[in-house]
Amino acid sequence: MQTFTSFLPAAIVLTSFIGSVAVFFTKKNQNLREVWTFITAAINIVLLFRMAKWILAGNTYTYHIAEVLPGLPLFFNVDGFGMLFAFVAGSLWIVTSLYSIGYMRPLKEHAQTRYFACFALAISATMGVAFSGNVLTMYVFYEILSLSTYPLVTHHQDNEARGGGRKYLTFLLTTSIGFALPAMIITYLNTGTLTFSNAGIFSQTADPTLLLVLLLLFLFGFAKSGIMPFHVWLPGAMVAPTPVSALLHAVAVVKVGVFCVLRILTGVFGIDLLSSTSLSTVVCVIASITVIVSSLIALTQDNLKRRLAFSTVGQLSYIVLGAGIATMYGVMGSMTHIAMHAFGKITLFFCAGAIYVATGKKYISQMVGLGKQMPITMIAFLIGSMSVIGLPLTGGIISKWYMVLGAMDSGRIWILIVYLISSLLNAAYFFPIVYNAFFCKEEDSQYPNKIKEAPLPALIPPVLTAIGTFLLFIYPELFLNFAKVAVGVSK
Amino acid sequence: MDYILNHFNYIIVVIIMMLGLWGMLSLSNLVKKLISMAIFQTGIILFYISMGAKKGSSIPIIKQAYDDHHHPIHQTINHIDYANPLTQILMLTAIVVGVATLGLGLALTQRVYSEHKSLNEDEILESLS
Amino acid sequence: MIDQAPALIVVIPLLAALFITVIGVYKPRLSWILTVLTFVITSIFTIITLKQVVVIGPVYYMFGNWPAPFGIEFVIDHLNALIIAMISIVALLVAIYSKHDVKKELGDKIPHFYSLFTLLVTGLLGITMTGDAFNLYVLLEVSALTSYALLALSKGRAYIATFNYLIMGTIGACFYLLGVGYLLINTGSLNMADIATIINANTYSYAVLAAFLFIMIGMWTKMALFPLHGWLPNVYTYAPTSTSCLLAPLMTKVSVYVMLRMMTSVFNYDYIFNVLQWQQVIVALAVLAILAGSILAFRQDNLKRMLTYLIVAEIGYMVGGAWLGNVNGFTGASYHIIADGFMTLCLFLAIGCIIYKIGDSSLASMKGIFKKMPLTMVGFLIGAFSMIGIPPTCGFFSKWYLLSGAYEAGAWPFFVALLVSSLVNAILFFRIIEVGYFHALPEEEPNHNHPKHKRDEAPLSMIIPLLTTAGLLIGIGIYTADIVTYLIRPFINTFL
Repeated sequence: MQTFTSFLPAAIVLTSFIGSVAVFFTKKNQNLREVWTFITAAINIVLLFRMAKWILAGNTYTYHIAEVLPGLPLFFNVDGFGMLFAFVAGSLWIVTSLYSIGYMRPLKEHAQTRYFACFALAISATMGVAFSGNVLTMYVFYEILSLSTYPLVTHHQDNEARGGGRKYLTFLLTTSIGFALPAMIITYLNTGTLTFSNAGIFSQTADPTLLLVLLLLFLFGFAKSGIMPFHVWLPGAMVAPTPVSALLHAVAVVKVGVFCVLRILTGVFGIDLLSSTSLSTVVCVIASITVIVSSLIALTQDNLKRRLAFSTVGQLSYIVLGAGIATMYGVMGSMTHIAMHAFGKITLFFCAGAIYVATGKKYISQMVGLGKQMPITMIAFLIGSMSVIGLPLTGGIISKWYMVLGAMDSGRIWILIVYLISSLLNAAYFFPIVYNAFFCKEEDSQYPNKIKEAPLPALIPPVLTAIGTFLLFIYPELFLNFAKVAVGVSK
Repeated sequence: MDYILNHFNYIIVVIIMMLGLWGMLSLSNLVKKLISMAIFQTGIILFYISMGAKKGSSIPIIKQAYDDHHHPIHQTINHIDYANPLTQILMLTAIVVGVATLGLGLALTQRVYSEHKSLNEDEILESLS
Repeated sequence: MIDQAPALIVVIPLLAALFITVIGVYKPRLSWILTVLTFVITSIFTIITLKQVVVIGPVYYMFGNWPAPFGIEFVIDHLNALIIAMISIVALLVAIYSKHDVKKELGDKIPHFYSLFTLLVTGLLGITMTGDAFNLYVLLEVSALTSYALLALSKGRAYIATFNYLIMGTIGACFYLLGVGYLLINTGSLNMADIATIINANTYSYAVLAAFLFIMIGMWTKMALFPLHGWLPNVYTYAPTSTSCLLAPLMTKVSVYVMLRMMTSVFNYDYIFNVLQWQQVIVALAVLAILAGSILAFRQDNLKRMLTYLIVAEIGYMVGGAWLGNVNGFTGASYHIIADGFMTLCLFLAIGCIIYKIGDSSLASMKGIFKKMPLTMVGFLIGAFSMIGIPPTCGFFSKWYLLSGAYEAGAWPFFVALLVSSLVNAILFFRIIEVGYFHALPEEEPNHNHPKHKRDEAPLSMIIPLLTTAGLLIGIGIYTADIVTYLIRPFINTFL
């Protein structure tokens, strides 16, 4: 167990930032512009791998950025959990960039430079959140992420985008300024620190009412995690182009939300404090309600992207629920689920986008019989949905397995029931899509004529992520080990 | 009664200032407002002057007596004999400031009149809305 | 030279003002260069003084070598060293910025503008540094009179607005003078430090109460605290662009500083917070100011006018913070003077650029502004983020301290009002951003060859100050810890 002081975490945040600037200044030359994206993404991955080895050995990296408030600096501290998240974001960024090119160019979208620049900026902020060493740093990057993704969400610049963008910022800023900021200040004034620590920063004797209020403020304050009733922005933000939805809603934005909530639960409150008080139950109840309700709403949606959005809301609360159980396995499961769900969900979004590029169809009722025309896309979709449901042969089951173990450890049977019901509901809203796509009667098919698969840049990414989802079933250690390090289990 | 008699200067000052303040805030004619402003400022000047004044004292210039050879004669200076010079000097400055304000105010009033063809604040505001 | 810095900071612009008037008659073009030069030198001296204060502590300067209670003394402690630095830097930026704007808006009155401009800043610098209560009154009137004259250089509705400002400003100054009169009766002295020692030695009489009350009312009128704010929006809205850029960041903030100065160096903590115990009422007033400013700002369609109401709300921040009566509240109020000064400057400069190019600052004219003036909008965005309180801009950190202070004092209404105001600011600014971002430019003439979205920025002499200010907002934010530890805390330690 060592702590390295190193520029590496800052370098990772900076490369994406510099990449964003470079993209902005090479708007004349499309190809050169895209090259920048890949170069920075590649550098990121290389740097991440350099750190990974040492992180897995149980060490941490710190880098002090600036002391903005006396005794309360902005600083990075990379541990297993941060590393896990950075890996997810960094690897999926490359795939998404490839996909973006395949999606944006054929559709001749406008303002592509702004799009790629903001994209890189969003990744930079995401990395910043992942590496944050205290709540203040996390908050700073959280806000930067909210703002830098606004141009992405409203990319189409029409009335619909405007409505979605308005909802997006209203919910995110209201909650972060109205709830998270005061919670952070009150925490600081009561404890004198905001640095994450696995033991939590509150003393066991802290006033329970205060703790409860702070917990609620933090839970709802990081509204990117989509806990009801502050989930409204998520379906609204589906107006964005599909690659954005994919990255934002599977990787960067929503995962930053749950990452923050998890960090708060494990690093500020601490598992011991949660489990020894009734706070754990509070988190579990709130998350469970969201899990069930959002799954029910998802059943009723006909727009594919909206159905996926509500599915995301449910899955995010899964992650919160796992941490809320406040046992070691639960937390490990929920950390791993960030990665597993990211791969599964991004596959689904990629498929939705590929379908849109190939056929121009957005609604589930229009997808009957599609399987025979676009088999590759639909098989990828099947794998993605299996992972989200949590079936074997996909990574999703691993994380769910740990969460269920955690629930049993804590002795709360009703959480098991919540997991069961929600898995059934997940199956109920995904399988009909796949089933209708493949096994419809010839005369019901909406695609009597032959249509082609989407162009290669839009087709390869879902295949890659689908394969990734499968590989994560065989080699879950990749992310599981980070989670183990994070909760302090020796291998 | 004694209290009033002992403090009659302050009471007068307060009355003058209140008159001025009332005029500045409630009269609608711009020139009347400026006149009230002058009254208000005069009230404050009187306030300062009266706090420095003493019964039977002279202006604060030290009378120097000389002997036949034009040498100054040493004498004890009693501060009771002189009014407090500080307040008077302060008010000299305040008067200058007051005059400048008044002048600027009148010049502005002129501009207002040439712009709106009226000196009545209510009318001007009505014409603007 | 360095020993004389406190005097030179005031004397250089004062002489420059006279010089500019004379030179301006013959060579109007020179007046701009002279003004910029003056403030370059003044800024250098203020920064030298700032450094000196940090290293060796407060600087005392006796004019004409008359010892303190008799002569006029300039006292530069940790806080006002920072504030004079802010004033001179703001003046420098606005001076550079005003070159094209003044030519366009004021035409042949260029030398008048610059000599009044310089004199106004002289007054503000003097107010901040002086240690003499009556001297403060004189300098207050110097800056007020020049500001009336500057505002009256404009045309149309500005006259009547300025007239009202003159009336309210005079009332404020007179109340201050009256308060000083009571202090003089009570102590026989005009030197602030001297008054403080004499007051502390005696029991607090009604005369001290009256003095405090009148001085505070005077300053609240000058700074436009909520029920006394009526004059402000009209004045700043109808003023010429460069004038409002100078007045909006400085005038109210300096009045706030005078309030802080009076609370700290003339009266004392024990008297204000334990004997008088007005804090509940004043903080409630501040809450009203914040809410009223935010709500009124919401109803405006004109950007400049909207900003003026936001100033009213920001005044509530500072007054409320100062009257919380704890370290964090005071830190927040002091820090916010600097932060808000630059924030307001940034937004007014951006709006000025827009007015310069489009001729209008109504919300409707913002359509497609992001395409047309991207650099201006970068500055505007950073200013807006700071107003909303998004890290790492300085607005976030002042809010941090104010919220901490409110929490410690248990002033929940103030706590909530601060958050509500941030949210209202967010909505206000994103409304503008939305209009600028989503609406396409109004269609130009069809025979025009250029593409529809043509870039058309304000001149560089306007853009550079704007972007510098935007940079300063982030810089100040990042160096908050240093500012607080080395400048604001030492000042507060002398008081609490």
